[in-house]
Amino acid sequence: MNFLNQHKKLEKHATLLLVLSFLVVTIGGIVQIVPLFYLENTIEEVEGVRPYSPLELTGKRLYVREGCYNCHSQMIRPMRDEVERYGHYSLAAESMYDHPFQWGSKRTGPDLARVGGRYSDDWHVQHMIDPQSVVPESIMPSYAFMMNRTIDGQYIEDLLRTYRRVGVPYTDEMLENARADFRAQADPDADHSGLLERYPGAQTRNFDGQPQLTEMDAIIAYMQVLGTMVDFSTFVPDESR
Amino acid sequence: MSDKTPEDKVRPPERQYPDPRAKLKQEPPTTGHSWDGIEEYDNPMPRWWLWTFYATIAWAVVYWILYPAWPMVSGATQGVLGYSSRGEVADEIAEFEERNLAFFERLNETELDDIRDDSELQSFAVNAGASVFRAQCSQCHGTGGAGVQAAGYPNLLNDEWLWGGTMEDIHLTIRYGIRNEDYADARWSQMPAFGQDGLLDEEEIDQVVHYVLQMSGQDHDAELAEAGFEVYDWNCASCHGVDGEGDYFQGAPALNTAIWLYGGDYDTLWESVYYSRFGIMPGFADRLRDAEIRAVAAYVHQLGGGQ
Repeated sequence: MNFLNQHKKLEKHATLLLVLSFLVVTIGGIVQIVPLFYLENTIEEVEGVRPYSPLELTGKRLYVREGCYNCHSQMIRPMRDEVERYGHYSLAAESMYDHPFQWGSKRTGPDLARVGGRYSDDWHVQHMIDPQSVVPESIMPSYAFMMNRTIDGQYIEDLLRTYRRVGVPYTDEMLENARADFRAQADPDADHSGLLERYPGAQTRNFDGQPQLTEMDAIIAYMQVLGTMVDFSTFVPDESR
Repeated sequence: MSDKTPEDKVRPPERQYPDPRAKLKQEPPTTGHSWDGIEEYDNPMPRWWLWTFYATIAWAVVYWILYPAWPMVSGATQGVLGYSSRGEVADEIAEFEERNLAFFERLNETELDDIRDDSELQSFAVNAGASVFRAQCSQCHGTGGAGVQAAGYPNLLNDEWLWGGTMEDIHLTIRYGIRNEDYADARWSQMPAFGQDGLLDEEEIDQVVHYVLQMSGQDHDAELAEAGFEVYDWNCASCHGVDGEGDYFQGAPALNTAIWLYGGDYDTLWESVYYSRFGIMPGFADRLRDAEIRAVAAYVHQLGGGQ
């Protein structure tokens, strides 16, 4: 077949082979990389998603530090069984302020994308200290040490600034008040008006039941906000996505 | 020891392998070049392989046309079939919705206490309720409904209830929850922290704990228990009942049985009296549809303790 023999020319001409190989790789690369440049257009606009409050963001850092993503995903796929179990499937907008996103790919434990509000703080504390005491079949390790590790938010403003640099819309006001907001969220007696104005819907209470601010407060504040920002009673999904 | 040397071993006869080139009609052509006398055959690719490869390319083109494929500025090309994963899941949910609709309607229309008289409906309710229970309730009440002893998550298998075990009671508890801020209709009560708030001194607490130990048939100090009776009568009896029988209306647990929510030993009882307890349960009125809540109620009711 004459057409097949044309390939010989390619194989025998080093420069031609190089140029055409490069062309093929370029096309493949463009298809994958270029959409990232106009990512903003591809994320469906959804009301209610806001940047994490300083305490929630600290909890998220702990989530990453402890490698929770190794066993828990945060991505409810558009399938009936997942929607029935975990709630509405995840939207791209819901993780647009996650750096890095925590979609995960392994579910040794359940998906956590909508764990917010599902359990009481007490349950979370009990479960973190001794997971098997509430879920006997669980193989999750204990995170009791989080109860003892106090946090003071010394570098929280820098953390917010870092997130701003990678595209999270933290305002100057949010940066200035970062440390105050950090402390106020887990303090039931603090004035929360500023915090709630900056981070609408943030939950304010003593999450771990201890007087001091600990890592447990932060991780539970993060758990309780997961998946709660979008009001799905008014959200209409764009079916073409 | 054998004195045979390896050479003495009997060698199998040399096998004769057929020359693979023998069945070729002709020697395959070579590429034409030669290094140190070594030449390279120029065999064509196996035809089946080559055609499969071309077929995959053709399939890819068909796929681009039929399904969403190429990323564009504000989304991908849609494909002529109009497929979307969101559309698919919506269709699938709608399909099951329709299949269950008749049962859901019947569940909503049937009086709670009459559900169990309709065996077909009861069977649906128990199965549907069980699956909702495993997704929504099992984390606290346990996969089998046995609760978590000592952590305040009640066992649902026995006939000991805090807020009542009739279908109506269970249904209301699931709907609005207990001591949560989300529902005005949530069940609510608050035991005073007798020690922390200084309502009783430590001696009185010691006495009343012994009285409760006596009431529940455990080892106790008879003298302290006797003194504890008065403390109990003044402070506890209005909710927990004169005989410690509890009160569904206030969610006050019975104290005269061997079934405990947080534990019935001296230390736990002391802690309960000193600091009080405040178990909460979320409401599910906004999370589950009415029929599902009724189904869960039917499931829990038949677990063993329904009244």
